[in-house]
Amino acid sequence: MRLRDREKAMLDGASGGVRRQAMEHLLTVGRFFDAEDLVPVAQVHLMADTEALGLSGVAWLESIAAQPETERRVIVPTITDPRGTDLAAYRHLKQDEAFVDLERRTIEAFQALGILLTNTCINYQTIFPPVFGEHVAFGDTGSGIYANSVLGARSNYEGGPSALSSALTGLAPRYGFHLPECRRGSTLFHLTDRPSSLSDWGALGGIVGRQMRSYWDVPVIDGVHGSPTSDEMKHFGAALASFGSTVLFHMVGVTPEAPSLDTVFSGTIPAVQPIGRADIDAFYQSYRPTDDQVDVIVFAAPQLSLTELASLARLLDGKRIAEEVALIVCTSPEMKAGADRLGLTRILENAGALLLEGVCFYQMHAREIGQANQWRRLLSNSAKLVNITGGYGYEPSLATMESCVRSAIAGRIVP
Amino acid sequence: MSETVLRGHPGIGPSVSGIALVASDNFSARYDLDLTKGVFSRPGHVLAGQSYVDVILVLNAAKGGVATAWMLRDMKQRGLCPKALLLNAANPIMAQGAAFAGLALIDRFEVDVTQSITTGDRVDVDPVSGTVTVRSELVP
Repeated sequence: MRLRDREKAMLDGASGGVRRQAMEHLLTVGRFFDAEDLVPVAQVHLMADTEALGLSGVAWLESIAAQPETERRVIVPTITDPRGTDLAAYRHLKQDEAFVDLERRTIEAFQALGILLTNTCINYQTIFPPVFGEHVAFGDTGSGIYANSVLGARSNYEGGPSALSSALTGLAPRYGFHLPECRRGSTLFHLTDRPSSLSDWGALGGIVGRQMRSYWDVPVIDGVHGSPTSDEMKHFGAALASFGSTVLFHMVGVTPEAPSLDTVFSGTIPAVQPIGRADIDAFYQSYRPTDDQVDVIVFAAPQLSLTELASLARLLDGKRIAEEVALIVCTSPEMKAGADRLGLTRILENAGALLLEGVCFYQMHAREIGQANQWRRLLSNSAKLVNITGGYGYEPSLATMESCVRSAIAGRIVP
Repeated sequence: MSETVLRGHPGIGPSVSGIALVASDNFSARYDLDLTKGVFSRPGHVLAGQSYVDVILVLNAAKGGVATAWMLRDMKQRGLCPKALLLNAANPIMAQGAAFAGLALIDRFEVDVTQSITTGDRVDVDPVSGTVTVRSELVP
């Protein structure tokens, strides 16, 4: 790979051992993908929940935090994905103290590195949205696909070690979706029926994602008349990314790199695959519960925006959740503060919901909290969450927000 | 015993040898594995219930989220890790995780790697050259 003088100096250790190590990591990944050079990035979004980090990952972060301040501080704005523990609520969730200890150690290490603990996966809605053409290093699938697709920024999936390396160097290997030629469409879907709820948009993302062959596929969605909302795009993108490991989609006439069908593909337009109501219904059916039992209803993955929190509060205002089920809502610290200020938190909590901030359900040691609370049957309006939690021992089902709320009040799954 | 050499893109990590565990399915550490028991836990995965520890894991494509980039290193340090990953198509997360962990990874083979290796084959993995030597028992 071609390196500029400043990059060579960092690789040689002129800026300390931490930045040298970061450069070595970026070059190893870059060479694997035949990158020709490194590209400066404007901001970094870092995923590092304690389940993913593990004990060794936390210790590794602490070893960096112990270095001299000039060697350990990040050099571009760096923000965090949801944490693994809401320190105000972990006892209620019966989270193990060992996880909480890991969380505190991780927070301390991040602060020593100068990382902003935003603890959110909806940074593109709430913190510092990237702009068209901007190169960034985003480390959550949902934030990466939204930044690339809806905002037109340039990022690959940068998992924790790479995102941190980018934060310490201000650089990322220039391959994949940093390159214009990789951003062309590869498959074509035509929407014959518009999704009518957030869970429908998630189901659509799941349907497309299941058909993606690899990370490098770029699906193009045609037939979307009128722009989806930011929350609809969020659920669609998060599910597509989760089911497909997909980091970029185009929506013809909607997203910035797809003004028309004939501009989004290189060469021949591929055969079109229609997707309609029957396909979305079949997707729900693929997670159909065997009976009406439910233990926990979860609104998360992605964290809820203020508008989603307002919708949920409207549905729960004056209602009461059944004693035998739990209803968990995850949002960012900024949105939680807004919900507090606007009275939404009070409505949700009066109904019996638990509103968590700075976390996401599947990143909270989901297997262990499920076992501790005897939660097995999970209901959510998030297709992404339904996709993930099966591996954690849950039996997840997908439903609309309205159906989830009705089920929470009834204490059993109702349509 | 037959011997076949498969060629992929130059990979990441050290040369290793081991016994293959193969499936035409995809891979994510967070979505698919029980990291405490060392088995595939996702109910719909072809390898559900099988141990992934100390095998040469041969699968189709990297799928799912970004946690694998951290998890591979912790899995390796706890001794609950495959010896190598051979994929038809890795994604950045697998490459970043392998680089962080020092785990052998090769992808982009000239053939479908899941159809060219059989579970139980003895496999030598050389990431520097991007080659995999497969030793299979001849079926009478």
